[in-house]
Amino acid sequence: MSQKEWPLWEVFIRSKQGLDHKHVGSLHAADAEMAIQNARDVYTRRLEGVSIWVVESKHVHASNPDDSAAFYEPANDKIYRHPTFYQVPDSIKHM
Amino acid sequence: METLELTQEEQFQARIDADVRIEPKDWMPDAYRKTLIRQISQHAHSELVGMLPEGNWITRAPSLKRKSILLAKVQDEAGHGLYLYSAAETLGASRDQMLADLHSGKAKYSSIFNYPTLSWADMGCVGWLVDGAAILNQVPLCRTSYGPYARAMVRVCKEESFHQRQGFEIMQTLCEGSPEQKAMAQEGLNRWWWPTLMMFGPKDSESPNTEQSMKWRIKRFTNDELRQKFVDMMVPQAEFLGLTVPDPNLKWNEAKQGYDFGDVDWEEFWNVVKGNGMCNQERLQARVQAHEEGAWVREAALAHAEKRKQREAALVAA
Repeated sequence: MSQKEWPLWEVFIRSKQGLDHKHVGSLHAADAEMAIQNARDVYTRRLEGVSIWVVESKHVHASNPDDSAAFYEPANDKIYRHPTFYQVPDSIKHM
Repeated sequence: METLELTQEEQFQARIDADVRIEPKDWMPDAYRKTLIRQISQHAHSELVGMLPEGNWITRAPSLKRKSILLAKVQDEAGHGLYLYSAAETLGASRDQMLADLHSGKAKYSSIFNYPTLSWADMGCVGWLVDGAAILNQVPLCRTSYGPYARAMVRVCKEESFHQRQGFEIMQTLCEGSPEQKAMAQEGLNRWWWPTLMMFGPKDSESPNTEQSMKWRIKRFTNDELRQKFVDMMVPQAEFLGLTVPDPNLKWNEAKQGYDFGDVDWEEFWNVVKGNGMCNQERLQARVQAHEEGAWVREAALAHAEKRKQREAALVAA
């Protein structure tokens, strides 16, 4: 008997029209079609979704948490990107 | 020379103390990873084996309504097992290895499932008492320090409260029924009360891992704290049902605003943990048999997927 595991898939679910797909977890399946069917049974038994995406886990590339400090550093000193950086005179409305 | 630099481990502990969740790719001490894999996989195994005592009653449920509910509940247990195995896999554990450890007897699962389910009242007790105890254990785990585990527990807890309520409803229906039905409910409580108290694990004084687990916030209350909470919660519910909790030492303690209760039979507890409970062999055998009989399905699905992939590749090439 072969000991080969079914591949691992990451599951993303849109909980209702108008919202984006959100990662909910993972599961094993032989192919994409089975992964979607399994995702329905595992993650939407109580109407949690109206749309399912599955991606084989090996295709997900992620940023490295050890590099976080340097990686996100460029946004640190650009407070002028936020509206609260600017002073608006009290008499100015609708801004 | 004194250094102000924190070690990796100190930084890790500082994040935990600040209630920052640890995610799969973050650095973590080996012991944290190992402890979590053991705890999460044991929990997953418990969900899987937990289907067996109830599966016993699916074909014998007293009505179509009860049968549909029980089926849905057992399907949920399978789902809970899957959420948890996935969480353990984010720590580098392999699904095949975890199952192999369960099947070889190396990995443990909750001892409660090594007790037999003899009457329909036992389905009530499993939902009301066993799932009630599980909820007490699981709710604090929704805030556990490891992200994927905490998120899996949020899902589990959402679904678990239906399990407990359907169990209580079974008990209530029996208790409001004929004298024979009420007696059946009492016998169920008599059988399940003590094994349920054992679910919280050994006494704090004999639980050497508790301190480290609390420090890592993968456990948020001690075994004895949860056991006390459970008794305080369940006694009034038993009284509502008109049932007697089978503990002659049970007594309200005004000073501590909680119940005093008798000591669990720890010899029985360790005996079941060691594999000598009433159903240990039967449960493991059923699990291994189901796994082996499903082997051809797993292989066929993989072969089919492979064949289809090759056919598609040939079409593209042509």
